[in-house]
Amino acid sequence: MRSRMTTVATSWCGQSVERVEDGPLLTGRGRFIDDLGVRPGTLHAAILRSPHPHAKIRAINAMAARTAPGVAAVITGAEVTAVSGSLVVGVKAPIECWPIAVERARYVGEPVAVVLAGNRYLAEDALELIEVDYEPQPAIIDPLAALDPKQLPLHEGLGSNVASERSFRYGDPERAFAQAAHRVSVTIRYPRNSCTPIETYGLVAEYDANEDAYDVLANFMGPFSLHAVMARALKVPGNRLRLRTPPDSGGSFGVKQGLFPYIVLMGVAARVAGRPVKWIEDRLEHLVASVSATNRVTTLEAAVDAHGRVNALAWDQVEDVGAHTRAPEPATLYRMHGNLTGAYDIRHVLVRNRVVLTNKTPTGLNRGFGGPQMYYALERLMQRVAVELKLDPVDVIRKNLVPSGAFPYRTATGATLDSGDYGKAIEIALAQGDFAALRERQKTARVQGRIYGIGVTAAVEPSVSNMGYITTVLTPDERRKAGPKNGAQATATVSLDPLGGVSVQVASVPQGQGHRTVLAQIVADALGLKPSDIRVVAELDTAKDAWSIASGNYSSRFAAAVGGAAHLAAEKIKAKLARAAASQLNVAVQDIEFAGGRARARGNPDNAIAFSRLAAAGHWSPGLVAEQNQALRETVFWTPPELTPPTEKDEINSSLCHGFIFDFCGVEIDRMTGAVRIDKYVTMHDCGRVLHPGMVEGQITGGFAQAIGAALYEEYAYSSDGAFLSGTFADYLLPTTTEVPTPLILHIETPSPYTPLGAKGVGEGNCMSTPVCLANAVADALGLASIDLPMTPVKLAAHIHAAEKSARSRA
Amino acid sequence: MKPVRFDYIRAGTLAEVHAALTTGGEDARIIAGGQSLVPMLSMRMARPTVLIDIMHLPELANIEVRHNAIRVGAAVRQAALLGWPELAERQPLLARALPWVGHAQTRSRGTVCGSIAHADPSAEIPLALLVLKGAVELSSQRNRRRVAAEEFFTGLMSTARKDDELIEAIEIPCSTAGHGYAFNEFARRHGDFAIVACAAIARKDGVRLAIGGVADCPTARDFPNIDGDALDDALDDFAADLEARDDLHATADYRRALVRRLGRATIEEARRCRA
Repeated sequence: MRSRMTTVATSWCGQSVERVEDGPLLTGRGRFIDDLGVRPGTLHAAILRSPHPHAKIRAINAMAARTAPGVAAVITGAEVTAVSGSLVVGVKAPIECWPIAVERARYVGEPVAVVLAGNRYLAEDALELIEVDYEPQPAIIDPLAALDPKQLPLHEGLGSNVASERSFRYGDPERAFAQAAHRVSVTIRYPRNSCTPIETYGLVAEYDANEDAYDVLANFMGPFSLHAVMARALKVPGNRLRLRTPPDSGGSFGVKQGLFPYIVLMGVAARVAGRPVKWIEDRLEHLVASVSATNRVTTLEAAVDAHGRVNALAWDQVEDVGAHTRAPEPATLYRMHGNLTGAYDIRHVLVRNRVVLTNKTPTGLNRGFGGPQMYYALERLMQRVAVELKLDPVDVIRKNLVPSGAFPYRTATGATLDSGDYGKAIEIALAQGDFAALRERQKTARVQGRIYGIGVTAAVEPSVSNMGYITTVLTPDERRKAGPKNGAQATATVSLDPLGGVSVQVASVPQGQGHRTVLAQIVADALGLKPSDIRVVAELDTAKDAWSIASGNYSSRFAAAVGGAAHLAAEKIKAKLARAAASQLNVAVQDIEFAGGRARARGNPDNAIAFSRLAAAGHWSPGLVAEQNQALRETVFWTPPELTPPTEKDEINSSLCHGFIFDFCGVEIDRMTGAVRIDKYVTMHDCGRVLHPGMVEGQITGGFAQAIGAALYEEYAYSSDGAFLSGTFADYLLPTTTEVPTPLILHIETPSPYTPLGAKGVGEGNCMSTPVCLANAVADALGLASIDLPMTPVKLAAHIHAAEKSARSRA
Repeated sequence: MKPVRFDYIRAGTLAEVHAALTTGGEDARIIAGGQSLVPMLSMRMARPTVLIDIMHLPELANIEVRHNAIRVGAAVRQAALLGWPELAERQPLLARALPWVGHAQTRSRGTVCGSIAHADPSAEIPLALLVLKGAVELSSQRNRRRVAAEEFFTGLMSTARKDDELIEAIEIPCSTAGHGYAFNEFARRHGDFAIVACAAIARKDGVRLAIGGVADCPTARDFPNIDGDALDDALDDFAADLEARDDLHATADYRRALVRRLGRATIEEARRCRA
């Protein structure tokens, strides 16, 4: 592996260097949480979960379970409320959010009791001995039904099931609608789904009674703003909740954010039992109750002129966050707030946002986070504009795009689109993806009587979330009282050891993405070294490492924010070394350059000193280093100044960077079965500067696969009475390799002016663009005005088989 | 997802299997490839107190041709049958059906007879056995008997096997010259249990069609040589008689539509193969 890195390169960034992560992962030597040993005496937890979507808990009889073989303790709501507090929720509403049912269960799968035993088998045996006296209550499943003020509130203090309602107005939308030649609208019901990581949640929790401190090892992914939520719930200062992450984590896609209530729950369990507690979530638990993306009912209307130019949008979004507004919800709804006009130059926007509570699993982070829901409405709408005005859908997109040369562009709702050339990206994609040939292919297929459609989608992909966007849910007045929240602090530490080895530590908490490899590239570039000279540690320990509330792995922030912070830390070290080198080489500091493992005089490469010698000096003879701080260790906390809090007018720059995506596809629908076959898929990306092309391709391909799942296969389905129907992977269908075609991936690069390396996020875009692109193609194929996900064969066949006559089977 | 406590017997002889089944009764289960049973154990949907492993009995691991039938022993894995060089020649329908069974990974563990014992209504192997009029060889301490496939599958995951009986082998008739065989199915994803599976045999004087995935167990029907609307009507009747149900993946209506369409396509394919 190392030998391949010996060639001299001008820049390691931009190359697909071999991933340092892959050796262990591909040879079964990963160190995931369940691979790590535990201390003797550690108890294993199993969780009894509510079979009811909504029930009062009259009594829990755990007598038999407590005396079952190997059982050390049984924890219920009573024990949890005795030593901890409710998890803080993100809206100003009297909603309690406990990690276990307290007197009432509000969703199928909600924890009701925890058994702690010598091993998981015994713990599960004892679960069967717990008797719970439930009094079932009517369940609210449909988010629109939750709007009904006559429905009983799920949280007594709330008075209704609307946890939050806000309206926004930007520009002069009423006038734009009054003057519109056409009004086009869509109503969509975006389903619940999830990205289901291969490794489920896991943790080992310990409580030290002497210090009143918790120590938890968990495959949590951040955001570490939730550390504050957990510490407050556990009623300890932040420094008494030490949270550590294992070296490897097997995927997350946002989902492992939802682990945090279990950290509190098992922390309490460890405290009550007086012994460490290990819990590994199993797949059944994961599907029923880990976390889900939100389902949403959106009505979106456009004011359109005679030529297809959209002048105003009116959004009505009903967001279903499940049984609690678990932090950071309703962030899914507000993450895209600055981007409600997508890739388009639309100056007038009305928004009505309602967040409702239903008897479903609480929602949380999930790849795309609000983008899939929002773009499904916006891009279905743009397709309907084309259909209703009899225009070419590509022309409708072109006509409405934020124009080239308009960057940075401030959207009506407050986002600053940092850079891009949307028109150019589209024309390149149409040419290189041979859109003209696809149109011909469709024509031929239709002549042959086949059902064939084409979809197009344009999307702006936000990355590096502003930690303040969620406060847009508060009124300006409430925000003033709460104090400003904003920014996206990233941290990185670069240090040199006495032999000149470079170590990097970040708070990015990767789950297989390859952060360690990319950070080695970045730091190697800064210091004139090879990536193999750099060792990166990416596991996090909140007691020892630099971190902040924005730490973690979400909102596609790694390349732009964390990579940038590592670059800045390396540059600080480099500046220090350059001063030392300058004095030793007798040249001016600005004439020192770092290359090939040496610091040398520019233009006179023989006047040089080995990097390792420079590094060593700071350790062996710090007195000779003419610096106030001789330490060769630099930690950078970086936050972009562009991420300001919401304005008085509720404008919010919800994300720092905005990539661009243009997708098109051709699909054929099988006449016999209604199954969708993706014939061709082209996805054009502008994610700024590409640091590692192979990983970017991996991100796009993985997001594309998950988007195919969302589009065609996956749904966390509930019956109308609240039963959960997708409890196994035989019910919740993930696309496998045979269901995922290879997309044509194209790129242009317009670097972000706001990030140290010019990089933007790229991990979530296809989860936003691909479901609706496929839906637009299916709608085109079947001539449908409305189609909701997932587009299952049975759903599509209803449009094909309808004409069939069958006297007996229809009786 | 941890099973209830059970005892495990690694049987060394057939007599040992029979004795354990007699002793264990309904609380004993045979474990072969474990591809269906182990998840059921983990989910505590199956709670046997004793598992009897038959995979170490060489006498159960044979594929042989006897009396113009392929006899597949209880320990023969699906992959082994699929890889048997004579399969396509001896019984093309089986050769076509087996690649639809799960995935290469599950076929490398799962057994042919295990699929018969499990009797999932959507499974391909029971469907093939039924359409081909195969039989199941059962043995116990008491006796040994042979049950025709038509009598063996009695309902949703239920069979004519008694608690003390071992499915020792199945017998699948070899192909007949001049018959055409076809197999098709539709599932949500490659390797999933079928929403509708169709197996057809075209003879000179008619056609036999069996459907899986719709009724509680695979169901076969013989049709005379009809075509056009008459065949459509006959398939429509068949579809209606199967008493399809709605589930998460498909409605009853959709399943009936597929019986008519995929059933007809399969019959036509079998006829073409005959020609």
